[in-house]
Amino acid sequence: MAESAPIVRMSGIVKQFPGARALDGVDFRLLPGEVHALMGENGAGKSTLIKVLTGVHPVDEGEIELAGRPVAFSGPLAAQQAGISTVYQEVNLCGNLSVAENIFVGREPRKFGRIRWREVYRRADELLDRFDLDVDVSAPLSSCSLAVQQMVAIARAVDVEAKVLILDEPTSSLDADEVAQLFRVMRRLKEQGIAILFVSHFLDQIYEVADRITVLRNGRLVGEYLTRELPQVYLVAKMIGRELAELEKLEGKPLARTTEPLIEARDLGRAGAVNPFTLTIREGEVVGLAGLLGSGRTEIARLLFGADHAGGGSVHMGGKKVTLRSPRAAMNHKIAFCSENRREEGLVDELTVRENIVLALQADRGWSRPVSARKADELVRKYVAALNIKGDPDEPVRTLSGGNQQKVLLARWLIMEPRLLILDEPTRGIDVGAKAEIQRLVVELSDGGMAVLFISAELDEVLRLSHKVGVLRDRTLVAQLDNDDALTTDTLMGKIASGAPS
Amino acid sequence: MSELIRNRLFWPVLILVGLMALNVAFTDNFLNIQVKDGHLYGSLIDILRFGAPLILVALGMTLVIATRGIDLSVGSVVAIAGALACLRISDLGDQNSVTGVLAAVGVTLALTLVLGAWNGFLVAAVGIQPIIATLILMVAGRGLAQLITDGQIVTINSSPYKLIGGGYWLTLPFSILIVVALVALTAFLTRRLALGMFIEAVGGNAEASRLSGIRSRGVLVVVYTFCALCAGIAGLMISSNVSSADGNYAGLWIELDAILAVVIGGTSLAGGRFSISGTILGALIIQTLTTTVYSIGVPPETTLLFKALVVTIVCLLQSPAFRQKVVKRRARPVAPAPAPMSEREPVTNR
Repeated sequence: MAESAPIVRMSGIVKQFPGARALDGVDFRLLPGEVHALMGENGAGKSTLIKVLTGVHPVDEGEIELAGRPVAFSGPLAAQQAGISTVYQEVNLCGNLSVAENIFVGREPRKFGRIRWREVYRRADELLDRFDLDVDVSAPLSSCSLAVQQMVAIARAVDVEAKVLILDEPTSSLDADEVAQLFRVMRRLKEQGIAILFVSHFLDQIYEVADRITVLRNGRLVGEYLTRELPQVYLVAKMIGRELAELEKLEGKPLARTTEPLIEARDLGRAGAVNPFTLTIREGEVVGLAGLLGSGRTEIARLLFGADHAGGGSVHMGGKKVTLRSPRAAMNHKIAFCSENRREEGLVDELTVRENIVLALQADRGWSRPVSARKADELVRKYVAALNIKGDPDEPVRTLSGGNQQKVLLARWLIMEPRLLILDEPTRGIDVGAKAEIQRLVVELSDGGMAVLFISAELDEVLRLSHKVGVLRDRTLVAQLDNDDALTTDTLMGKIASGAPS
Repeated sequence: MSELIRNRLFWPVLILVGLMALNVAFTDNFLNIQVKDGHLYGSLIDILRFGAPLILVALGMTLVIATRGIDLSVGSVVAIAGALACLRISDLGDQNSVTGVLAAVGVTLALTLVLGAWNGFLVAAVGIQPIIATLILMVAGRGLAQLITDGQIVTINSSPYKLIGGGYWLTLPFSILIVVALVALTAFLTRRLALGMFIEAVGGNAEASRLSGIRSRGVLVVVYTFCALCAGIAGLMISSNVSSADGNYAGLWIELDAILAVVIGGTSLAGGRFSISGTILGALIIQTLTTTVYSIGVPPETTLLFKALVVTIVCLLQSPAFRQKVVKRRARPVAPAPAPMSEREPVTNR
């Protein structure tokens, strides 16, 4: 591809959020007439970069140029007027308005202040024709399929004379045919010279449509590559990265093969979340789950905790079938679950550290049997010391740092003395010291006989802690590998990238 | 001193004291409390006595608001309770029969429990937004009260029933004793037992509470039921005090006063932490305000405007954001606040 001058150039972008540096000196460029994929695991800074570009967040340092001129947008509207349109994952149009109204809302062609409906419909028809879309533009948008809605959103974005189109995970709710249709439209727009920034977690799609890939990790730029020069497995490696140096070596005891199976999931699945899988976890065993974001890792955890209802299959514990209808039911079977989303599904921000720690215990005892102040003090003191939680137990938990919040959540469940502890991304977004402490804890717990389901995007971590690793790809558990000396991060990456047994 | 100001009851107390001072200046003997016929009399006692129904309604409302909900139907429940109790008593052969009155009260309170459970069911099980769910009973309840009394004002003459809202016991107005007992019970259930923690957890983060094993639906049903019970008792007091039931006007707009009392007391409409003592202070502020309007001679046609003005000032004074703005304008410029984070993007995701 002949390199023309970039339409967007971002250089040295720094964005600091309280407690986290979301972007740290990131350079990024977007050429006209290309589809450019922005890749990175959750928390890498993709969405922050997009938000900085479209003026949702101001930049702390660095410069943004649009077509050679420095710009600083006050908000998404200003960015749109300058030619940068964004279409988000969830279609943010009005389902109750017609297709044509959605395309022209706010800028209807008027005559003497009256909307010229015939003109609206004619131009909407014309516009959608360019996308090979044959829909009744006067029908309400909600009567169209999701893919069409997505396309209408794109049509609206493009019709505002966009030079840059940002598509943030547009394909996550589309089926294969719809994706193909979307890609046809993207190629057509590309030919018209529009620069498309494309974010997706589906590797195959990236390789199908993107010309160029920029990889971010932990708020830093890893590099910019031509898609055809970057094999899929290298892309995964670059996204996941390695962080060995700072972490001490951990060695758990090898698991005695003779331990009893604690919990068996047979053909457990849920439509739209994870395809039926069969998984056995033994007492004292650490089972790691590896896979990219959206591959079904969290969904497996939620099914095993009863947070979601399973669509099919069964769970057996101690040879007997059990029904995990609710988190409470799972708790009665001594299952605990630390969600990856600490703030929305874990901690209650306003409650104190102490209250958050005893919350599950209190819930288990019911409202009429309060945990006595002395007992609570004792438990809190014990776990604050054991987990090295830094912070005042009587302050709201939101005042703590990410790592300490994670430990509070861990303490809540350790008090329950679970037989199976499910940890979803327990080390994400926390500092290296706390990370090592949590990893050491997992080893200790499993030595003590507790089964742990350990989910992490960091393959090194999964490999170091697990006795067995389950690999997920596109919502399917594609492989279960014993963690012996032969298993390396490269094998895992191969599995994640291709799904085929190597 | 700064610690005192930061206490969340500081501003409500200050405002109450201010209103009192205004009354002392305008009314002779405002602070006097006399004993007549073994009963306590005085303006302060009156404020407590007339404020008792509001305190009760606001008490229940506090717990509902703490779960991030709202109950608009309390006014209708007040009317229904008064209507049913008065109807049952008027049907008695001997209106002064204690057992008869007790039975009427019992049936009435049972009905309010059912009404509250209905609200809780709509919110927790059906998943209707609280404001809509309780709006249903707010509108339908007035009709129900009319139906019970046949559209008439039911008048009774029952001395045992009169005790609830207008009588005295141990020199104190009986209604105040009921309030004290209910407040003590609520404080016990929520602060000594674990109900308060569950309510605050559900209001603070419903999903996290569910994933911690709290039966959040059960908590919601209990809270709405309790709120209706409080409103029902308030309804008994109001109808007992005037010995009649008026399906149209009993408890009219009391839900708004109750919500105001809760907010003035420092419980956020966004749910989570709640303060029972704050709510009581808030209810007393509103009742004192009503008294003040009369005592300082605000023209009747401007009463509502005056009330609105005071409430606005109270709310502004209580808002930390507003106080900060005023302070900032007068003193050195404060460092700009960190960029707000959007809710969908937790820090941990970066």
